[in-house]
Amino acid sequence: MIAFSVNGNRVELDVDPSTPLLWVIRENLGLTGTKYGCGMAQCGACTVHINGEAVRSCVAPVSRASGKAVTTIEGLSPDLSNPLQRAWLEEDVPQCGYCQSGQLMSAAVLLREKPKPTDDDIDQAMTGNICRCGTYPRIRRAIHRAAEMTAKGGAQ
Amino acid sequence: MMGRRMMNASGKIERRNFLKISVAAGGGLLIGFHFPGISQFASAQATAGTFMPNAFVRIGTDERITVIVNHSEMGQGVYTSLPMLLADELDADWTKVGYESAPVDPKYNHPAFGMQMTGGSSSVWSGLEQFRQAGAAARAMLVAAAAQQWKVDASSCRTENGAVLNGSNRLTYGQLVNTAAKLPPPEKVQLKDPKTFKLIGKPIKRLDTPDKLNGKAVFGIDVKLPGMLTAVIARPPIFGAKMKSFDDSRARSMLGVRKIAAIPAGVAVIADTFWQAKMAREAVRVEWDDGAMHDFSTAQMMQDFRERAKTPGTSVRNDGDATAALANATKKITAVYEVPYLSHLMMEPLNCTVDLRADSCEVWTGSQFQTVDRANAAKVAGLPNEKVQLHTTFLGGGFGRRANPHSDFVVEAVQVAKAAGAPVKVIWTREDDMAGGWYRPAFLHAIEGGLDASGNAVSWRSRLVGQSIMAGTPFAAMMMKGKNYDPASVEGVDDLPYSIPNVAVESHQAEVNVPVQWLRSVGHSHTAFAVECFVDELAALAQKDPYQFRRALLQKQPHHLGVLDLAAQKAGWDKPLPKGMGRGIAVHFAFGSYSAHVVEVSVSDGNVRVHKMVCAIDCGQYVNPGIIAAQTESGAIFGASAALMQELTFANGRLQQTNFNTFPVLRMNECPVIETHILESQEKSGGIGEPGVPCAAPAIANAIFAATGKRIRRLPIRMTEAV
Repeated sequence: MIAFSVNGNRVELDVDPSTPLLWVIRENLGLTGTKYGCGMAQCGACTVHINGEAVRSCVAPVSRASGKAVTTIEGLSPDLSNPLQRAWLEEDVPQCGYCQSGQLMSAAVLLREKPKPTDDDIDQAMTGNICRCGTYPRIRRAIHRAAEMTAKGGAQ
Repeated sequence: MMGRRMMNASGKIERRNFLKISVAAGGGLLIGFHFPGISQFASAQATAGTFMPNAFVRIGTDERITVIVNHSEMGQGVYTSLPMLLADELDADWTKVGYESAPVDPKYNHPAFGMQMTGGSSSVWSGLEQFRQAGAAARAMLVAAAAQQWKVDASSCRTENGAVLNGSNRLTYGQLVNTAAKLPPPEKVQLKDPKTFKLIGKPIKRLDTPDKLNGKAVFGIDVKLPGMLTAVIARPPIFGAKMKSFDDSRARSMLGVRKIAAIPAGVAVIADTFWQAKMAREAVRVEWDDGAMHDFSTAQMMQDFRERAKTPGTSVRNDGDATAALANATKKITAVYEVPYLSHLMMEPLNCTVDLRADSCEVWTGSQFQTVDRANAAKVAGLPNEKVQLHTTFLGGGFGRRANPHSDFVVEAVQVAKAAGAPVKVIWTREDDMAGGWYRPAFLHAIEGGLDASGNAVSWRSRLVGQSIMAGTPFAAMMMKGKNYDPASVEGVDDLPYSIPNVAVESHQAEVNVPVQWLRSVGHSHTAFAVECFVDELAALAQKDPYQFRRALLQKQPHHLGVLDLAAQKAGWDKPLPKGMGRGIAVHFAFGSYSAHVVEVSVSDGNVRVHKMVCAIDCGQYVNPGIIAAQTESGAIFGASAALMQELTFANGRLQQTNFNTFPVLRMNECPVIETHILESQEKSGGIGEPGVPCAAPAIANAIFAATGKRIRRLPIRMTEAV
């Protein structure tokens, strides 16, 4: 049995501990917002947080989550109220949308660590997240916008 | 790697891997059977409390307006732009408008192409009339319903924001649903004067964004059915290889494995979960008969192409006498351009879910080719078309790959379902997806051009070598229209827009057993590279500015000139750049739209950095400028990725690239600043999904020449190969 929390809910699973966290989240827990793109930590579509750190869940065995707190896109906010989600809406970022869960989860860690990120900070934090539709310019603008919202007192 | 096998007394494997979740109901972990955005009905129909005046819209007593969209949403924004057309004519309250994917039905056929599909950058221009008419017809019925209730003349009523008004009377559309549903549809409706559009032409925010920010959007890979199994397939490692035998003795007893079976596509490994199936596949030993492609190499193929280009090909275009004019030219130049096979590389790898029963078959997938996919699924299932339902999910990118003439990923999923005896989802790993074929074909363009004594271009001869996309497909006859060459191979060079008196275009169709298919911008993805680089080479030969040289040759092409001038002006074409930097330009017409790029690059230590791309686009009358900007940026990045880093190569019959590490795409830190400038136009609408792609590669290559004096003649760009 492996026990951890997902978006604040405690889960206990009888699952092969070497199974990547991604597939446990998607198939065993039914949370399909976290995506499979490469299976080798190349594209970032599977990004989740374990105890607040951005992790590529496609290469993280589920055992790594044991006793920890996992946050997925479904747990970023209950109602699109996270400043990143609001900024993503205002900049109309997604195209196909498949990579955006991972983009948001990476950006969330960036903003927590650097509330006013520079373009270089964005490059560093977001370069592990591929978007095949090419929404990068809008993602960059949305991250700056979310930082402004937060600075102006937007709740985070 | 696998956990312990759990055996019961009879030796059968128990499904012990599945979960025990201690979580309150409503905690977000429940597995739903309702997929937002996907039609729940066999064919979209009116249900209790709704009014469905035609195939494209359903209005509820709750005021919800659901637009049924017959094109697939793969990022290009059709779930917003098409509802905008309908909602504008309907005078709907936009905040009440939603979307739903259409079921497969002839009434949802593409008006121009006669089948249900999404491609060719055609959804908006082909849907303009259809969706506006549908909205106007619905509006007319709601007005008639209100007029009947008020006992007034319909012509004295007006509509606004989801309601019919007459004097002080006001009824919302939801309140009129039951009356309107009893009325006959109008025979003819009056469309709005474009001056009164409230939505069309405005940068309306996309309707599908919220569900793409919280994990709710359902892509094919997210579909989950009760009792569903998951499968991966061991496919031939070489195109045309055949399975001789397989040994699954180790895999069969692995945890979660349900069945391992030979199917026409390879060996299906079916398990409770993806990871179990994938691990078990690694334990299956398959013996392949490698077949005729066992020693195939792209290096040898390109060498063959080079030889072939030395001989005349099938004539595609012949103005004047290009050969004689070349012989008489004062200055001449020859260049050979080469582009590789490319993978579509959608972020969501291919997948397909099938629930096959004795007398029915349901398919869930991100399809761009519903009519074809359903028919092919029906054939494999042994059922008539009407017994097969295909549900179109969101597509995690399409780029043409999900419009396969043979429905490869659907057909094999039905094969797996036959073996599985339960609902099953087939998932392709990234490596499976990349090795699975149906690539943009590799191409070679050998071009010769000549100038007269005054530096005027007098002759141009293009000779192309590459595989046909259409040959061997059910569309060959329709698309090739009796021509002995493939129009999709030569599009973008057969209509060379430059005023050159002697032009010859010749095509050699290469026969190579690598499956090829349309990839975003199709033939234009390579013809624009060759043509626009060669025009630049001619300009240099004539010692003229490449922008002005093009201008002079485009005096009879006002649309080309329009975007060329706009891009040059916005980019500050004449402004000097620091040393080591260069500016390049390209212009191209594709899918009904005109596009021009001006690109700034720097080159240092053999590394190319694209700093800025200024894009001008003329797609005629447009619907949503926000989406047009997004698609233009998207196309520029897509084209730049191919130009700078992408190549599929084969050695000993085997693909040498496997994943994003060996077939990269541009990342955030490499992404240039991109500006999009839309040319205002009242002319016929063109496409937008693809026209942004073709100019990227030549504009970058031409900028490299400006920066270094070296020409790029092969993609992807490598400075070590520059000449």
